Amino acid sequence: AVGSWDYQKDISGCGLSGLINKKGERVSGELIARSIATQHDRGNGLGGGFAAYGIYPEFKDHYALHVMCDDRRALADTETFLKDSVYVTHEERIPTRPNRKIINVPILKRYFVKPRAETEGTTFDKGLSEDDFMVQVVMRVNMDIAGAFVFSSGKNMGAFKGVGYPEDIADFYRLDEYSGYLWTAHNRFPTNTPGWWGGAHPFTILDWSIVHNGEISSYGINKRYLEMFGYHCTLLTDTEVVAYLLDLLVRKNGLPIDVACLALAPPFWQEIDRMDEGRQRLCRAIRMVYGSALLNGPFAILFAHNGGLVGLNDRIKLRPLVAATKNDTVYMASEESAIREICPDPDRVWAPKAGEPVIAELENRDGGCYGD
Amino acid sequence: MEIDARGVHYRELNRMIREAVAEGERRFVLKNVNGQRYIADGIGEKVKIDVYGTPGQDMAAFMKGPEIIVHGNAQDGVGNTMDDGTVAVEGMAGDIVGYGMRGGSIYVLGDVGYRVGIHMKAYRDKTPVIVVGGKAGDFLGEYMAGGVIILLGMFGEDRNGNPPAGHFLGTGMHGGAIFVRKGVDEHRLGRGLKSVEVSPDDMETIKPYLREFARTFGLGLKEILGERFYKIVPETHRPYGNMYAY
Repeated sequence: AVGSWDYQKDISGCGLSGLINKKGERVSGELIARSIATQHDRGNGLGGGFAAYGIYPEFKDHYALHVMCDDRRALADTETFLKDSVYVTHEERIPTRPNRKIINVPILKRYFVKPRAETEGTTFDKGLSEDDFMVQVVMRVNMDIAGAFVFSSGKNMGAFKGVGYPEDIADFYRLDEYSGYLWTAHNRFPTNTPGWWGGAHPFTILDWSIVHNGEISSYGINKRYLEMFGYHCTLLTDTEVVAYLLDLLVRKNGLPIDVACLALAPPFWQEIDRMDEGRQRLCRAIRMVYGSALLNGPFAILFAHNGGLVGLNDRIKLRPLVAATKNDTVYMASEESAIREICPDPDRVWAPKAGEPVIAELENRDGGCYGD
Repeated sequence: MEIDARGVHYRELNRMIREAVAEGERRFVLKNVNGQRYIADGIGEKVKIDVYGTPGQDMAAFMKGPEIIVHGNAQDGVGNTMDDGTVAVEGMAGDIVGYGMRGGSIYVLGDVGYRVGIHMKAYRDKTPVIVVGGKAGDFLGEYMAGGVIILLGMFGEDRNGNPPAGHFLGTGMHGGAIFVRKGVDEHRLGRGLKSVEVSPDDMETIKPYLREFARTFGLGLKEILGERFYKIVPETHRPYGNMYAY
């Protein structure tokens, strides 16, 4: 499924911002919108987007599918497919408000679904876990239905994105009406790939979401590696591989987050040579087993999941990233000003080192607003 | 002249400053700065600017004359291609401080980011100087062609005895000198460089800069001078002549 948008390319830059309340207390989307708007000039209006966690407590056991369709036919095909493969508990248009800067809007709907218990007689693989089944559902829609894309598929979370500046996208999607304990935001300045609705960040699969500043020169290697495990890149933008790599490394292969980060941005061999023996063995093993998951090129990324927020830079810090804390909240952004806009007096501000992840986890995944 | 910069776009803020400078104003206090880019860029007059808040990217770029004090942290690109004047940052600063800098001084009390002093160069009577009170990220002084970088490793966030500089220190450097208080391990240096103990002449060269740094931030010079300094310079005048030839 390839989008029909044809926007002009432009040069350089992107902005990121993210925050997590580690106690699971939820804040309005108005806050993150203000933060990313501080970095307005890092983008050019060809993409803005947000990921929000803890926003669907009334459907927290359902996968929330956010779908964008070019036309009614794509929507009808998608709904036929969904009705055959999942139980749809609730469906609705994604609420929006008119914004004169947000144009060429696709049809935007969301479905709160559970996988069908019985896949006998369908073309789905047998004996899949619920998560694996949902990954297949997403891949099928994105690959097989012309003009239709699932752009969010996690539980109790959602991605909201499109073509426009992020502050306008936030207004369009009425993000001030949502509250979440974890938010990420992206201001896009497309360089190598088109600025279209599906190509805005975040990129997601299940509850993984990723926003990215930079470019992934290893896209071809990463994409082909992921295809061996049933992940198919359809959104025409390099960042998409990171969402699927995280799902593969962390959810499927069970790597802890910090070890997955070692695979994405491993230390140089010369650094490994100077490590103690145990660390050397770990790093060598990761580099050998996950060589094809290494992300080359400049990047600062924020990735989120229901359990936390992680900031990570490429190994020589070719894109900016700043982090800060205030009480139970951790902030990360491309520029310190984006943090200060919503947290004027942080307890601590620092610039994370290249390749060293900043990991902020929800303290009690069963308590607080995450669980209710 | 005092300007409340809250919510003011960088174009408007810089227009106000430029117009006031043209009308003869020489003293500025900028309050509530948050992320505005290009502050004082290209200004040649001897103005003094106090910045409260967090100024944005490329502050003091192409600047040749002003004296800026940031009462807080600065972001990336401070003093990009700066020609003359002084920047003092009371907090930390981001990546590529002093990018292609060719004159003037930058003093940062705390830590700085990656590639600080990249492509610095000296010309005739112009010697750009960067003094960092805290620690620096990788590639400090990358492709450095001239000027002076002094790294103290004393006043940043990390005071736990970790190395003051990251990796690839001075990679591609072929001129100027990087002075590091207490020195760094050889493996952190880029290829073709050597680290030597400073000579009395070297100390005479850097003392005025250290004195000015200490005065700017109200620190004791004696403590700063209480440890040995090491100088990192190219091994030869043409350190990479054989890099791509065998």
